[in-house]
Amino acid sequence: MKQPEPEYTYPTYHRPIPATWWLRDRKYFLFMMRELSSFFIAVFLLIYLYGLSLLSKGQAAYGQFQETLRSGGFTLFFVVAFIFAVYHSWTWWSIMGKVQVVRLGDHKVPERVITAVALAGWVVASAVVLFVFTR
Amino acid sequence: MSAKKITMRVTRYRPEQEDAPTEQAYELEFPDDWVVLDALNYIKDDVDGTLTFRWSCRMGICGSCGMMVNGEPKLTCAAFLRDYYPAEIRVEPLQYFPIIRDLVIDMTDFLHKLKAITPWIVRDEEKPLAEGEYLQTPAQLADYKQFSMCINCMLCYSACPVYGHEPEFIGPAAIALAHRYNLDSRDEGQEARQQVIASSEGIWDCTLVGECTEVCPKRVDPAMAIQRTKVATTTEWAKSMLMPWGKQ
Ligand code: SF4
Ligand code: FES
Repeated sequence: MKQPEPEYTYPTYHRPIPATWWLRDRKYFLFMMRELSSFFIAVFLLIYLYGLSLLSKGQAAYGQFQETLRSGGFTLFFVVAFIFAVYHSWTWWSIMGKVQVVRLGDHKVPERVITAVALAGWVVASAVVLFVFTR
Repeated sequence: MSAKKITMRVTRYRPEQEDAPTEQAYELEFPDDWVVLDALNYIKDDVDGTLTFRWSCRMGICGSCGMMVNGEPKLTCAAFLRDYYPAEIRVEPLQYFPIIRDLVIDMTDFLHKLKAITPWIVRDEEKPLAEGEYLQTPAQLADYKQFSMCINCMLCYSACPVYGHEPEFIGPAAIALAHRYNLDSRDEGQEARQQVIASSEGIWDCTLVGECTEVCPKRVDPAMAIQRTKVATTTEWAKSMLMPWGKQ
């Protein structure tokens, strides 16, 4: 049988959360940096898509765009975006062991092994992409 | 061995006499084996009987002594003064929860959330008592045991900025507990729980800060429970899209 729930009323104090909450602790700061990394990755993708759309406008238009990308400002942006992308990917792959349960028959593959395989896969895939595009 | 002296700065909030919390400093001598809770009890017994806080077991079992110790959610019965000495210790009520009085927070919201995920074994049809227990192998027990160790101390909520900013979030412990029952071979209540867990206030609110797991005194690893529930929910969804006939 369902019991009625008593409702008590009493005053409570709600503490405001300061806007700088993420600066108080290194762990929360790193979390916010991971969140911020999405911004740089999104801007990079927009630039990339814009470049692709220029391909249909002919070689000259695309060539000029590539020239613009070589400017100091863009280079700096790409370096920062790259660092953020690596950091974000690292955090992503390094929790793989926690996220994915892998069973081999009755045996559960240890978390650390799954994470190590995921990280190794990431490095190998990146190396292959790098090799193909810089050949 | 001579006792050491330490200063504790403790949050006071007496709604009948002040509009907002204040801080009160107590200086005390402590033997080497004292934890923050011992110091609070000493203050209450010998210095200032009006100081209010929750505790019960003094051994990390009841989950009622959680407070912020120097900004970190801790069980105060497991936080040794000697680990902070000679620095001052700031003791505050668990962050993100409303304060009722001094170090006592209002846990009503948490209790509602716990109840919302149906934290018990649900059967489509109960078998008659005469047929005996629902048996389980040690391996089946091992599947969920870690997630059943939660003592409802709420430290994980206090470590979760998502809960702080979006109080509707069901939160780490409740989701971990839902995961515990979903993994239990005797349970058949997954679908009902899913309504709550996969709702907009459930797993998808979690941005994987990961601090819930760091502060958990029982190694429940709620962050893992949430991420695994995300994977299971997505897999179920994909299956139902690709093979709609597979599900009745
Ligand atoms: S999951 Fe851990 S931190 Fe959260 S309430 Fe349970 S025991 Fe406490
Ligand atoms: S007093 Fe029970 S857990 Fe600390």
